[in-house]
Amino acid sequence: MEIYLPNSAFLGNIDPFLKKIDLSDPSKLKITANRKWISIHPAVLCMVASLGLNAKNITCEKLEAKSKHYLQRMGLFKMLNIKADKIIIEHEPAGRFIPLTRITSSQELTRFITDIIPLLHLDPEQADPIKYVVSELIRNVLEHSGSEQGAIVSAQYYKKSNTIRIGIVDSGVGIKKTINNAYPAKTHLEAIRLALTPGITGTTQRLGGTEENAGAGLFLIKSIAKVNQGFFMIYSGNAMYKLLKREPDQKHITLHGDPFQDRHSKGEDYPSWKGTVVGVDISLGKTEKFSVLLDLIWDVYIKAIKERKKEKYRKPRFT
Amino acid sequence: MMEIKIVKMTGAFAENKDSARDIRLTKIVPALEKNEEIILDFEGIEGATQSFIHALISDVIRKYGAEALDKISFKNCNENVRKIIGIVVDYMQES
Repeated sequence: MEIYLPNSAFLGNIDPFLKKIDLSDPSKLKITANRKWISIHPAVLCMVASLGLNAKNITCEKLEAKSKHYLQRMGLFKMLNIKADKIIIEHEPAGRFIPLTRITSSQELTRFITDIIPLLHLDPEQADPIKYVVSELIRNVLEHSGSEQGAIVSAQYYKKSNTIRIGIVDSGVGIKKTINNAYPAKTHLEAIRLALTPGITGTTQRLGGTEENAGAGLFLIKSIAKVNQGFFMIYSGNAMYKLLKREPDQKHITLHGDPFQDRHSKGEDYPSWKGTVVGVDISLGKTEKFSVLLDLIWDVYIKAIKERKKEKYRKPRFT
Repeated sequence: MMEIKIVKMTGAFAENKDSARDIRLTKIVPALEKNEEIILDFEGIEGATQSFIHALISDVIRKYGAEALDKISFKNCNENVRKIIGIVVDYMQES
């Protein structure tokens, strides 16, 4: 495998980065980087860590970019057991970020959620959607992915855009296999579409879900990103779906049950990622009150359930 | 009447579905079986996920019907927690 860290890979421009990853021979990982500058989304960092944790042999070229300390500060070399002193000079960690963290159990997740808010220096109103997104995404990994390495997570506050960027990655079975337990999605993209549709869970076809799963988690997270003017990206198998930002002049927010009705981009010609990658950006300056968001979600979610229920109605037979 | 303080089992952010299942199986269901009234007290809970509330009450509504809601009351919920409970209760009755 080979992964090249470019001068810029954020959710808005992540597509060429994803297409360039070489995922052949999972036992070896070669990390290379732009010589002048490395500026990457936490989801990219989590992807490198996830590949590295599964590889037996990791080579990392000597990094020359001025921003190489970012990788050190976010804990990449520590997680992959690479001796950083041979690559860069260590600096004291500073700023508002969550370094790369592996979460493998429900208890670890609960502790993690408590710890992240002071690390990101968020006030309570800003903290609600962040805690919500992180909890639901990691719990999805723990419950459905079968990822031996658990969930790899990191987050960073970006002052210039006043945005929290979050990455959560696993190397489990991927969305298609999970959804296929209950729905016959033929492609990875079709599976992603179903996973983002409210009321659909891979655990059952029954409306209302099981006692443990309602099939609402990813829809809620996409909605939180949409309302807060952020990107949301999900990549699994060879498919990638990306919720694009709302048009700036679009004042009225409409949530859609079908993710393909949202402003988005998508593709199914990416290197096949074993597992799932999720990236979310939440703009703090444009944060709607969480309660307003919940009202919007309530309406759309119940409407979607009603429509799905109607689909199952028996129809009169006219002869 | 049984009163259950959620915060004792979850901390201020109620997201752990294992805790929700434990509360449901060890407290809510046995109380309903005895036809007892239940108060779920959310005092000290700053936020809750939909997954947590779903794991806490959805199966109860499915098994005992919407009538179970006549036996359960939700106390000291902030605005967001009220809305999340509302979402879960509505869709369980719709589905």
